Amino acid sequence: MSTPADVIVLPSPSPSSARSGAIRFGDIPVIPTLILVVIALVAIFANQLAPHNPEIGTLTARFKPPFWQTGGSVKYLLGTDQLGRDVLSRLIFGARVSMVVGIMAVLVAGVVGTALGILSGYLGGWVDQVIMRLTDTWLALPALTFAIFLAAIVGPSMWNIVIILGITYWTRYARVIRGEVLSLREREFVRLAIVAGCSNWTIMTRHILPNVINSAIVLGSLMLGVVIITEATLSFLGVGVPPPQPAWGLMLSDGKQGLMVGYWWLTVLPGCCIMLMVLSANLLGDWLRVKLDPQLRQL
Amino acid sequence: MRQFIIRRAGYCLLSLFLLSLTIFFFVRVTGDPAALLIEPGASPADIAAIHHQFGLDRPLWVQYGLFMWTLAHGDLGQSFYYQTPVIQLYLSRLPNSLMLAAVAMIFSLLIGVPSGILASVRVGKFWDSAGKVFALLGLSLPSFWVGLVLILVFSVYLRWLPSSGSGTPLHLIMPAFALGWYFAAAHMRLTRSSMLDVLGSEYIKLARLKGLPEALVIAKHAFKNALIPVLTLAGINLVIMVNVAVVVETVFAWPGIGRLLYEGITFRDFPVVQGVVLMGGAMIVIVNLMIDILYAVIDPRIRLER
Repeated sequence: MSTPADVIVLPSPSPSSARSGAIRFGDIPVIPTLILVVIALVAIFANQLAPHNPEIGTLTARFKPPFWQTGGSVKYLLGTDQLGRDVLSRLIFGARVSMVVGIMAVLVAGVVGTALGILSGYLGGWVDQVIMRLTDTWLALPALTFAIFLAAIVGPSMWNIVIILGITYWTRYARVIRGEVLSLREREFVRLAIVAGCSNWTIMTRHILPNVINSAIVLGSLMLGVVIITEATLSFLGVGVPPPQPAWGLMLSDGKQGLMVGYWWLTVLPGCCIMLMVLSANLLGDWLRVKLDPQLRQL
Repeated sequence: MRQFIIRRAGYCLLSLFLLSLTIFFFVRVTGDPAALLIEPGASPADIAAIHHQFGLDRPLWVQYGLFMWTLAHGDLGQSFYYQTPVIQLYLSRLPNSLMLAAVAMIFSLLIGVPSGILASVRVGKFWDSAGKVFALLGLSLPSFWVGLVLILVFSVYLRWLPSSGSGTPLHLIMPAFALGWYFAAAHMRLTRSSMLDVLGSEYIKLARLKGLPEALVIAKHAFKNALIPVLTLAGINLVIMVNVAVVVETVFAWPGIGRLLYEGITFRDFPVVQGVVLMGGAMIVIVNLMIDILYAVIDPRIRLER
């Protein structure tokens, strides 16, 4: 974006990189990124890392506490659940479920929402009217209740959840991206492309899309947290990832049984994992927003 | 003005129409609704009887017409589990949900508004950062987990509060807090940004130039005006709270609408699930309409938008 001469640009610690919007290695918020990378690695190498089978337990070793409490053993570092399954192994495999569902659902929502947003903003006219009315009505529905409803009728499965979360959350992309496309459409390079005889498809994919991709990424990173919490909620209610697959929300739901007798590890540990992941995603998203959003950067 | 209301009401009806259409088609596209309407293990003859009874052997558009016809008469169907009309069940649970949402709203405003003001007065200082951390935590913690941890601490270890159920004010404290925290974070963010807007305005400068003490400027001149958007959001959020309390109500066995939805899912009591979702959607659509109209009454510029 060209800066008019009379606009005062606030001094920033790294003027060159701030102006070009390039991400430098030193700027990245270290801790959230590190946490997300670790969770991703754990998810990828779950088979190698998990000490036990996450879905098959030893019934003689039920409700064992973590190793530092009396009664706990090093064999089950973070204790066992009501079926004698190793909590640590389940947490490790749960990371895989959360990562896969989170990233895939954000991708589905992002692709659908961005595509509709670009179509709506660039083509305008009745296409815009139809897409925006649809977006408005979709936004008016309570997202969580709607997701629960869909999950309850299509039945529990991980991939169903991905699709459901995708079709629940695409509207936020469509709204934001459309707004950006509306202003991009009036810019010189798009006009020149029209004059040069480019087809609508070429303009939308080659000229508009690269300019809105930043916003889509920011939205995606902020959406990741919402999606992971919703997945955990659905699993907790029994309409998400089906047992015995290890998902953090499902572990919390199982943990309810031991709550009143004080088996805290079944409740606290999966929740901490969700919190760490969502908090990191939110922090990274906030940082990306400031970094990639030209309006915010100039404030 | 009248045109504006008519157009908004039209959109609102369109929303409701799409809502009913979505629910109707998702039920039928994703499988045989008869399978959802009867107990598992029913004989083929029973299934055929159900098909005929509910008109499932007729064309789709006729079915949709029938579906809308019964809806228009306030009939949401009959619950299998309770053997009573869904609308009765819904209305009997509504007061509990509203009470929980009201107390949660008080919590969230009591926490969110003062901390938002504090953050706006001390931008970039300690309280601002503390508020940011609080808000981020509120947005990052699943409310049902907050509820479970509260039970663990206050019911299991400290034995101060009852872990579930309803009846006394004590039963309300933990679910209301678990539900309210997420919204407190949202209210805090909005209070902060709204206060910052107001504090930068001309009339605040004037109030300061008049030599008013800073506390008076903040409390009397800035706060009152900054509160308007926060209260609007609170109004919408109250309705949203009633509808997203599913998990919190499940954790605390609070007999509200959310719990009804959960029971509907676990007992495969499909009319209940459908009814709760329809009512929730309708409620939010109507509140949005009311807020749109209210805004248009207050601010004429909105009326003139397309």
